[in-house]
Amino acid sequence: MHRSLNWRETILTAVIKTCGYSAIVFVILIFFFLLREGLPALAEVKLSDLLTTRWYPIENHFGILPLLTGSLIVTLGAMLIAIPFGIGTAVFLSEIAPRWMREILKPLVELLGGLPSVVLGFLGILLLSPFLRVFLDLPTGLTALAGALLLGAIAVPTTVSIAEDALDAVPKSYREGALALGATKWQTIWRVTLPAARSGVLTALMLGIGRTIGETMAVMMVTGNAPVMAVKITSIFSPVRTMTATIAAEMGEVANGSTHYHVLFFIGLVLFVISLAVNIAASSVVFKSKKRAERVLS
Amino acid sequence: MKVPQCVLALLLVVLTACGGSSNLQSSPVKVSAYIQNKGSDTLVNLALAWAERYQAEVPAVSLSVTGGGSGTGIAALVNGTVDIANASRAMTDDEIKQAEANGITPVKFVVSRDAIAVVVNPENPVRKLTLQQISDIYSGRINNWSELGGEDRPIVRLSRETNSGTHVYFLQTVIRLGDSSNKTLFSTDTLLLPSSEGIINEVRQNPNAIGYDGLGYIPPDLMDSVIAVSRDAGGPYVIPSIATVNDNTYPVARDLYMYTAGQPAGAIKDYINWILSPEAQAIVADLGFVPIK
Repeated sequence: MHRSLNWRETILTAVIKTCGYSAIVFVILIFFFLLREGLPALAEVKLSDLLTTRWYPIENHFGILPLLTGSLIVTLGAMLIAIPFGIGTAVFLSEIAPRWMREILKPLVELLGGLPSVVLGFLGILLLSPFLRVFLDLPTGLTALAGALLLGAIAVPTTVSIAEDALDAVPKSYREGALALGATKWQTIWRVTLPAARSGVLTALMLGIGRTIGETMAVMMVTGNAPVMAVKITSIFSPVRTMTATIAAEMGEVANGSTHYHVLFFIGLVLFVISLAVNIAASSVVFKSKKRAERVLS
Repeated sequence: MKVPQCVLALLLVVLTACGGSSNLQSSPVKVSAYIQNKGSDTLVNLALAWAERYQAEVPAVSLSVTGGGSGTGIAALVNGTVDIANASRAMTDDEIKQAEANGITPVKFVVSRDAIAVVVNPENPVRKLTLQQISDIYSGRINNWSELGGEDRPIVRLSRETNSGTHVYFLQTVIRLGDSSNKTLFSTDTLLLPSSEGIINEVRQNPNAIGYDGLGYIPPDLMDSVIAVSRDAGGPYVIPSIATVNDNTYPVARDLYMYTAGQPAGAIKDYINWILSPEAQAIVADLGFVPIK
């Protein structure tokens, strides 16, 4: 009996270890593949040419700056929508709404997260972009703003679901203590509950943003894909071309091993590095906040 | 449920394959010719439709049709690995010389024509443009419809993605006005939409928009707002149609070609003759291209 239990332990541990390590192995393999296919771009196109503002690959204009700024402005816009909406909804569900309402609303929000992004893209093309054009009197509704709104809608359910879980996990005694000291409901939420759930809320935001940077289909359908430099505040109201949409639109037709092919992989590499940086930045904040929480508890 | 279905499908494939080969063995005269046809992606659907119909009518001939682009098809013809090359552009002098060096004389047949229609929103009063004006619009020199006699609205330029053959043809024929030394590019704020449907949809709902696409892709509700194009300011403004493409008055039309290696003979000759026949040209019109007569 004792021995067979030991056997099972060994096998289970081995299986779980393999699962854990395989995630690391896959990420490293993908990274090396990206490096192998993307780095030749630096040999074929001068770095100074890559950092120009004209993207027109069929005539050898490989400036990736418009694509980079396009991705950044759409993601930034989406964050500006997703962060307040996501945290606000999570706080409402966890702290303010009565229990029965939470039981109804939370599954509904999570259902929203299950909508395929292509479906949201359709809504964007048929309803959102015509509405934006008329409402804001823009030349066209296919703009960075339409992309940011859709991406915000994609990021909010993930953010709400995880942030609400984190808020819900804050011990009741924290809130009771704050209220007993005479804090108002708002002070309790802002000064006690949210800071206590900080690492969970940050994880929620990070996952939400992660979804927006990598999202392709909805963005390709509504942003107009014009490779213009998006460096002004008003660029949010003009069409942009994101890195993901560029790869998706051009990879299918490009000759294997050509300069264009390598540059597309190079763009993939840039995307990878950006999301890696976001992850590292976010997790370092999470670790820091844990230390503070420990200080509070001790 | 899924597994048995897969097995069934496989079985069916195997069975039909067996059926085909046993037919072949019992009557070897049945398949007497095998024609390989390769090239232009613009033409590939049309070539497939022709091949399907022809094989149904003449079972003795077996056809294989692949795309890959005009350049791919022409290269295969030059190397002697294909019987008929499809091309949406004529062979260059270099390519013809290369072929002749390999002992192959390419023979050109115009098998269909294709018009590129420029279209605006029905609310937009502009219905006539010269090639120069369209070039100026797409290269960013004209930015407001009022400069063209329309309302005071900004111009939103729509185009297909750069991998589309139509995009390249439009760049060369319209934006660069057919001048190969001209290096004008699309204005960077041109919206590059991934599908014809995207262009049609935006033109339909946005009064600022201008777009272009193959005549076959223009839906009936936008046919009234197709732009009449003229070669120069004084010249006649012509609306694209089968008739105006055929009498060469519509300026943004191109021939689509098939090239054979030397004067065709036997089954290839019969096939080319059939493609030029009214029956095959009816398929051309069905697919939205312009028949040659």
